[in-house]
Amino acid sequence: MLYNDPSPLETKVLTRRFGMANSASIETYLATEGYQAFRKAAGMKPEEIIEEMKVSNLRGRGGAGFPAGMKWSFVPRTSPKPKYIVVNADESEPGTCKDRVLIENDPHQLIEGVLIAGLAVDAHAGYIYVRGEYRYLIEVLEKAIAEAYEKGWLGKNIQGTGFDFDLYPHTGAGAYECGEESALLESLEGKRGIPRIRPPFPAVVGAFQCPTVLNNVETYCAAPAILRDGGAAYAALGVPKAGGTKMTCLTGHVNKPGVYELKMGFPVKQMIEEVGGGIRLGRKLKAFIPGGSSCPVLTAQEVEGATMDYDSMAQRKTMLGSGGVIIMDDHTCMVKAALRIMRFYAHESCGWCIPCREGTTWLKKILERFHGGGGTRTDIDLIGDIARNMLGRTFCPLGDAAAMPTISIVEKFRHEFEDHLNGKPCPYEHESQAVTV
Amino acid sequence: MTFSPQLEARFAKLLTSYPPGRQRSAMIPMLLYAQDELGHISDELIEEVAMRVGVSTLQVNEVLSYYSMLHRKPLGKFHVQVCTNISCLLHDGDKLYEHACKKLGIGHKEVTADGQISVEEVECIGACSWAPAVQVNYDFHHFVTPEKLDELLDGLRKKP
Repeated sequence: MLYNDPSPLETKVLTRRFGMANSASIETYLATEGYQAFRKAAGMKPEEIIEEMKVSNLRGRGGAGFPAGMKWSFVPRTSPKPKYIVVNADESEPGTCKDRVLIENDPHQLIEGVLIAGLAVDAHAGYIYVRGEYRYLIEVLEKAIAEAYEKGWLGKNIQGTGFDFDLYPHTGAGAYECGEESALLESLEGKRGIPRIRPPFPAVVGAFQCPTVLNNVETYCAAPAILRDGGAAYAALGVPKAGGTKMTCLTGHVNKPGVYELKMGFPVKQMIEEVGGGIRLGRKLKAFIPGGSSCPVLTAQEVEGATMDYDSMAQRKTMLGSGGVIIMDDHTCMVKAALRIMRFYAHESCGWCIPCREGTTWLKKILERFHGGGGTRTDIDLIGDIARNMLGRTFCPLGDAAAMPTISIVEKFRHEFEDHLNGKPCPYEHESQAVTV
Repeated sequence: MTFSPQLEARFAKLLTSYPPGRQRSAMIPMLLYAQDELGHISDELIEEVAMRVGVSTLQVNEVLSYYSMLHRKPLGKFHVQVCTNISCLLHDGDKLYEHACKKLGIGHKEVTADGQISVEEVECIGACSWAPAVQVNYDFHHFVTPEKLDELLDGLRKKP
């Protein structure tokens, strides 16, 4: 099911079956070139598959943007240990809701992507780790996996290729941290989702202490198109250092929020104005988060000339992230936004690293006090100081994820913090009592 | 403990889904699926799951206390989860949550006297582009307005 209308400006590669009748069924999949990329890959050498992935310039779609082909090449293919394919479907970065629609509307595309990864690294089993809240997707996946076994696209000697592969859905139970790769592996092993110290990286020591390919749903979903049409064709859709399309979730104050598949490098202004239908109520843009609440915030001015790709965002000292675009209009209170973002990270910090555990809690308390009118001028610098002291001092990126948006909001919207210094509750509050479009 | 045949079938499948000696992997899914059927995680259930996956009850307790969807106390028959995270907040998700609390006369993770409805302010549930969003048990409700929420809650009050 689709929850928003598509946009004519989309480039439909991963979403090409969206909107078709029974798009999630294996019949629809097979009738629309489904599993042909697997057939092609099964006739290739593993290093040729990995080479095709490298040529595609596909970068990890979970948020970190690590080149996928390179990641696959790190798996010691000749290791005597079993290898595993793990799918990160723990989508929980605030602002992000794309993996959900990919699985719901085309689960076989994901299964085929997993099979291709399996061929590339000689893995014969895989797990799809789905966040607990997406319980209905477990049913969608169970149905799709059952269909694939029945039609011989999973199991022993798949389609006479001699390749065996078993695939299992696995539910989480509510924990943002489990979207971090090593915490996800801990959770998959039935433990608390606390990150592992790396190295060794999951490619060498991953699930069940064995070599593991661990990618985001969207990354695997791109593999069938890459193998089918060639890595070069996929690369050509994007920009020089990042190929293909990006599933982009427009959220916040736009007229047409929704999940859209856009070419890598899509201009931000055009995305807001034409894909998103502009800022609601004819208001102006105040702040822009490119890919989930962990990314530093950009001002309306910084968005000028920006494109949705890794380099353009890095030039502006932020990140493309997960594709969860958060758009805030000029009636938004940035102190309130900073507070809500920090409340989230304080709730989700696993508590292992002290700078993150203590830092997020202190920041939450200070921001709460500030937003309530009890802040002081020195608090403004204190917020920045605490956040900067968290950066780079934790085992996993959650500490950075909490610090980065906070630092950017304090630096770029300092005047709004100063506006809260009158000892009264939020001066923006009456304005933000806005209309739900 | 005895469970429904469907849940027993799920357990059996889970216990063979992981490499030999790695049955502990089945613990979290087993707890969540059992909670779906029983309403919450009881001491008895902890003992049962510990026995089936071959760990101590202490280890099950240690793990389950980490996950926000695993509950040791009974919730309402309909658990109304209102997201107030950033994308929902921008569409007044916080006000929607307050509205739900006020209407039901209960607060965060509390249950109505008849045991019918509980409410929880939740972190991002992955419905950001269709905000504000509410989840009732596992069902998503998108673009929720106060009026739609009233209608939803009135329906849940009477729902068998």
